[in-house]
Amino acid sequence: MAEHQSHADDHGQAHYVKIWAVLLVLLILSVLGPIVAPHVAFGFLKAWMITLMTAFGIAVVKAYLVAANFMHLNVEKKYISYLLATMLTLMLLFFAGTAPDVMEHKGQNWENVAAKAEVDQALESQNEAKAHGGDHGEAHH
Amino acid sequence: MSMTKPIATTRSATGIPTGKLAVWWVIGSEIVIFGGLLASYILHRIGHPEWAEYASHTNTWFGAANTFVLLTSSLFAVLAHHAAEHGDGKKAAKWLLGTCGGGLLFLCIKAVEWTGEIQHGYTITANGFWQFYYTAAGLHALHVIAGCIIMLIIANEARKNVELHRVELIGIYWHFVDIVWIFLFPLLYIAK
Repeated sequence: MAEHQSHADDHGQAHYVKIWAVLLVLLILSVLGPIVAPHVAFGFLKAWMITLMTAFGIAVVKAYLVAANFMHLNVEKKYISYLLATMLTLMLLFFAGTAPDVMEHKGQNWENVAAKAEVDQALESQNEAKAHGGDHGEAHH
Repeated sequence: MSMTKPIATTRSATGIPTGKLAVWWVIGSEIVIFGGLLASYILHRIGHPEWAEYASHTNTWFGAANTFVLLTSSLFAVLAHHAAEHGDGKKAAKWLLGTCGGGLLFLCIKAVEWTGEIQHGYTITANGFWQFYYTAAGLHALHVIAGCIIMLIIANEARKNVELHRVELIGIYWHFVDIVWIFLFPLLYIAK
């Protein structure tokens, strides 16, 4: 009996270590994504699409692995998953409701003059900095 | 998997120990807090093409190192739960201290990273991108600090084999903090 218990313990721990190893592999892939993307992009598959897929697609998989295996949602009462999904849905509804206005700077009978001016001014100064060989690219620290 | 049987079963009106249900309640609320913050960031990031240049100054390696640290600390937290579930309070306390060490290392890396950024003029008042950057990562760091403090209190009890069910509760919270970072990482460091 004790031997059986000990075997079950080892199995449980090995399972967690395995999940952690998978999470690390996914982390490496998400870091490599933007580096590799320009070299594998072709046709309609642009580099930024590959970066977004490796960044956010992998984030969703990692979050699922942690939630299911470390938070034990896979063996938790189902209503907890539904409860959490409801909160996510609530947030997505607010996102969908406000997105059309915030992501654009003008629409039917309205214009966000301040935001538009901010964008134009910032892009202009960035272009000037580039033209003068100003700082851009990866962080300098 | 032997996780179906909760450690404390005496207080349970919903089929879930009440303390654990309260933690799920906290997490349900946190989803809206962090979700709202991150969704606002996405909205503004799409509406402000100039942010791409600002975002290019974040350092991917700092972000990746911190992701590694948090994922590893999450492993320690679940191993603490595993030990508590088998009645080994001393072992659970040790794993919790390891988890806490991960949290401290995370904060140290963040401190070095932020110091460099601030020295380069990327402060919270620089522009909208850096405002979101410091607010989101700062709120997350506050959760890490809170988690570490609670974890030390629980580890102190666990080593005496007292209130072992709490090891699982702080673990659930910690994994959630890990998940928030899993999304902050691509948002602030990868999607440039």
